Amino acid sequence: MAKRIDVSGLSAYYGAHKAIDDISMTVEPRSVTAFIGPSGCGKSTFLRTLNRMHEVTPGGRVEGKVMLDDENLYGTNVDPVAVRRTVGMVFQRPNPFPTMSIFDNVAAGLRLNGNYKKSQLADIVERSLKGANLWNEVKDRLNKPGSGLSGGQQQRLCIARAIAVEPDVLLMDEPCSALDPISTLAIEDLIGELKERFTIVIVTHNMQQAARVSDRTAFFNLAAVGQPGKLIELDDTERIFSNPSVQATEDYISGRFG
Amino acid sequence: MATTTPDIQGSRGAKSATRPGDRIFSGLSRGSGITLLVIMAAIAVFLTYRAVLAVSDDSTNFFTTFEWNPAGSPPVFGIAVLAFGTVVSSVIAMLIAVPVAIGIALFISHYAPRKLAKPLAYVVDLLAAVPSIIYGLWGAIFLVPYLDGLNKWLDQYLGWTYVFDKSSDGVARNLFTVGILLAIMILPIITNVTREVFLQVPKMHEEAALALGATRWEVIRMSVLPFGRSGIISASMLGLGRALGETMAVAVVLSPSFVLSGHLLDPGGGTFAQNIAAKFNEANEYGRDALIASGLVLFVITLLVNGAARWIIGRRKEYSGAAA
Repeated sequence: MAKRIDVSGLSAYYGAHKAIDDISMTVEPRSVTAFIGPSGCGKSTFLRTLNRMHEVTPGGRVEGKVMLDDENLYGTNVDPVAVRRTVGMVFQRPNPFPTMSIFDNVAAGLRLNGNYKKSQLADIVERSLKGANLWNEVKDRLNKPGSGLSGGQQQRLCIARAIAVEPDVLLMDEPCSALDPISTLAIEDLIGELKERFTIVIVTHNMQQAARVSDRTAFFNLAAVGQPGKLIELDDTERIFSNPSVQATEDYISGRFG
Repeated sequence: MATTTPDIQGSRGAKSATRPGDRIFSGLSRGSGITLLVIMAAIAVFLTYRAVLAVSDDSTNFFTTFEWNPAGSPPVFGIAVLAFGTVVSSVIAMLIAVPVAIGIALFISHYAPRKLAKPLAYVVDLLAAVPSIIYGLWGAIFLVPYLDGLNKWLDQYLGWTYVFDKSSDGVARNLFTVGILLAIMILPIITNVTREVFLQVPKMHEEAALALGATRWEVIRMSVLPFGRSGIISASMLGLGRALGETMAVAVVLSPSFVLSGHLLDPGGGTFAQNIAAKFNEANEYGRDALIASGLVLFVITLLVNGAARWIIGRRKEYSGAAA
């Protein structure tokens, strides 16, 4: 449950292109850490190194260390599949399995992980949907396809699917960028509740969102197009948005560039 | 000239839908559509008319007779053996080809390194380009002698299943061999279509499974196969259509006889297309009408199969991956 992430000296590549350079940071358990920065600065790439999804991309390669409490995710004997079972992820566009019912979507991860009795599955699905604030909207149509829900509901379904397996960490890659403001608000409220139980890392393009939901904020930047992205600074969100210690952060926050 | 001028001006004004280009194009496309329907109707009318002529003179039941002698007096012919042979050989072909094709398609789309995937896809395309008579010759000269051994083995160990009981001697010019040959022939088309579908699976569906900690096979099971389901069915139907109608390869391999036998390893049997090819040249006018009648039955079987496939695809439309 809710582990600390400790990254040191992490670089990621697409083929010969270095996308992020030498990033080190610590993410506290039971907190929300937001990644902000201009497009192409590598924040999504960095997020995807935290559950070993980056190396799924053809040519994707990672150097460095990611400690989850005292386990190195990039250790020699670590199975990436096992890593992804403990580090959940929610994507930019809601992606419920289109051929599965709402119930099966939430149960999908559990069925991968082992044998559950029917009653156990039903309990966990209900608990996860309640955890994602979706239960009341879908409890009468659990057997209907997940693709029939609205965009915001689909995204909460994806969150329910991710938390059903009780991950240690929940990664969110711009989870609201395809949603309307009402749905966005619902997800943001949800993030506030989920941080009681999970370590949450969220990438967002929306700085107000970062200010609203996160405890800590990391600002990424790149020197020029084609250059690798770097972590500029990581600090308490309040401080980043009021009195950042690096000039580039202040420029970005106040809209002077980016 | 003078009379057309106002028309053109009018078309540039309020009624923009009647520009000459639009009119010509809509006329052309409508004409093409109508032509297609007319051709289809003409074929159907021709087949039905000639078939009715023949069947009405048949002295026995057209559907249950195990004989083909339209030249006799009275004429005796029936499609029972042909229908059985056609369906059985096609079913064997599907049972072999569909799983193998899905396997090859998955390998090319999801397992093979890119350097291997491209040449492999090309080789599969080449398989589709081989003319069917070549497959027939290859089957008769190469496959038949090799399958003798397999037939004996099947007879010895699976003979108790009745289906694989070889009750008479003779080379493997039987429906089982035809089924295997047809499987090889329909493999490329099923592989190509399913591969295309598998490549179109949206990345986000695959990542959804990956992020839950799915292995590669689990990703395929959770995302790729469900998304490709309707494509797999369509591809199979394309292959089945080819297997049902395949003529030359079957005609070369099979030693035809009008015997309906559930022993698939016994020589003999026949298919619609093979029977037409074999009998058409020597048949008199009436005999040709009889062959056309059998062709009509094949046409109807193909239609039914396609209809069934569409029904299967449509039944779970709300779950289809295309909706997302």
